Parts: sequence; C-alpha cells; structure tokens
Amino acid sequence: MSKKRILKASAALLLLSVYVFFLKAGSLPAKGIGENFLTFAIYMLRILPPVFILIGLFDVWVKEETVEKHLGRNSGIAAYLWATLLASAMAGGLFVAFPVAHSLYRKGARLSVIFTYIGAAGICRIPMTTFEAYFMGIQFTLIRLMVSMPLVIIVSIVMERYLQKTGYTMNLLADK
Amino acid sequence: MLYLYLFSAAGVIVSTIVNREKTSAAFKIAFLKFYHLLPVLLITAIIVSVMLYAIPDELIQHYIVHNNKFTALLIASVMGSVTLMPGFIAFPMCGALLTKGVPYMILSAFTTTLMMVGIATYPLEKKYFGAKVTIIRNVASFFIALIVAVITGIFFGELF
Repeated sequence: MSKKRILKASAALLLLSVYVFFLKAGSLPAKGIGENFLTFAIYMLRILPPVFILIGLFDVWVKEETVEKHLGRNSGIAAYLWATLLASAMAGGLFVAFPVAHSLYRKGARLSVIFTYIGAAGICRIPMTTFEAYFMGIQFTLIRLMVSMPLVIIVSIVMERYLQKTGYTMNLLADK
Repeated sequence: MLYLYLFSAAGVIVSTIVNREKTSAAFKIAFLKFYHLLPVLLITAIIVSVMLYAIPDELIQHYIVHNNKFTALLIASVMGSVTLMPGFIAFPMCGALLTKGVPYMILSAFTTTLMMVGIATYPLEKKYFGAKVTIIRNVASFFIALIVAVITGIFFGELF
C-alpha cells in the first residue's frame, strides 16, 4: 500500500514539475489548460461541499427501510418517478450524481432506479432545462425530455436484469 | 447554486436542533467521503481541462457547420461525449448555431451526449460503479442520444 502511494505521489510530482516547466517556458497550451483547470476546479469545489453535507445528513437521518420501501426491490413504477424528480431538483451534473447515487444504493435503492437517477440527473435538471428552453425553444426541450426519459428507464431496467444475471455487486466501500 | 446552499444550510440547522450528535456524525461522513474523492476529482479536472483546450468551442462549431447532415450528426455526438461543458456555455453556443442554420437534430445530438455521456468523468464513475457498468451506461447513453436526435430531426422536418 505505502509503496503504491509513494509511486503515485512521485508520478504526480513529476507531472506537476513537467507542467511548471512548460508554463515557465511560456507554452500557450500550458497556460490555457491551467486556466481551464482553475475554472473547472473552482466550479466543482463550489458545488460539491453542500452536496456532500446533504449526503452526510441523508446518511444519518434517512432509514434504510424508507429507501428500500420507495426505491428498493419491491418498489413500483413510482420509484422511477421519484428518481427523476430527485434528479430534476439537482445542480451540477454527472459528477454530482455519482456520489448521491452511490449513497442511495447503499441505503437499499435498486440498480435500475440508480441508473434512472443518473440518466435523469444528466437530462432533466430544472435549472439547466429552463436555460435550454430559453435558447433552443420549448419544443426542442419537450421532445428531448419525452423521448429520452422513457428510453433511460427502459435501458436502466435492462441493465439491472443483465447485471443481476452476471452477479454484479457494487463496491460499497468505494468512498471509504 | 444558491438554493443548493440554502437547502443544505436549512438541513444542517434543523438537524442540529433535533440532534447535535447525529449532525456532527453527518459532517464527519461528509468530510471523509469528500476527502476520499479528492484524488479522483483532481484527475477528472485535469482530463476536462486538457480536453476543453484540445477541443475549443470554435473547433466544434467549425465541424458542425461545415459538414453534411449525417457526418455532422456523428461528429456532434462524439464531441458531446468527449467534452464536458456546463450548460451555461453550451446552450448559448447552440442557440447561436441554430440561427446560423444548423439543424435541430445535430444540436440535439451534441447537447444530449454532452449531458449523458461522460468520457471525462470516466475515472469518477468507475470508482463508484466499476468499469463494466460505466462502459455499458455510457455506450447505452450514446445510442439514446442518437435516437433522441433522429426523432428531433423527424419532428422538425429535417430528415424527410
């Protein structure tokens, strides 16, 4: 473990020094990439802390039975609706959806609901959709939503069946 | 973004009033999860910044405008898959392309892959769900985006 860590740390250090070398040499790509990195890193750092606090609160307060009942194995069609609504209220994008989906799974949500949630987090977020409708027209947005959401749900169900058949288990300790 | 902060602040306040110990446990969980995610976030941010630099907006626009419908459709969906662009940049750009006469179908392929397919977020997704699920989900999403684009094209009369 520690050997692996040292290797990783030295690789990171090497990468960083190569980058700094190019930056000092006045390389334009280095400057551009650096600017992009800062913009994106700041964006992530602004959005993720409140998301993780919500995940923490969800972890201590929401009972497994509740998630299991509404989003679990024996939940009905309403579970997909819940997943979609939950995702619609989100900000960010896929990178926010993954940790939230992982927490939901750990509390007993079924795989197909998780995949629906991730898909919906991509395509249904209300802040983004209103923006889209403004620039592209409401018709465009409505067609996109009406065609993609049913497809997302169907694919999620098929994926769950396939993964269960192959004995897939998610790494529950991925964030430990 | 603001309502996200307001919402989590409200959650923290209510939680603290009801049970102080549970709230501090929640903070601990939040911090540990975030801390363990940091290396992958760093890698994701590096990939995104390199890709955004390698594929600037002008390049995307150039390829989408100067090609026939079907080539443009494919290029748009591949570019949407590899880049990661926030909506507040992507939609104004697509709105501008629309006025230049780019079909709805192609813009639909671009925006839908942008939102659903994440090559740049691959390390992040893999960490949580494993490589297999990540690949299946992204490939499936790519095809969903293509179907959505074709139906959009049919609806706006761009195909027939």
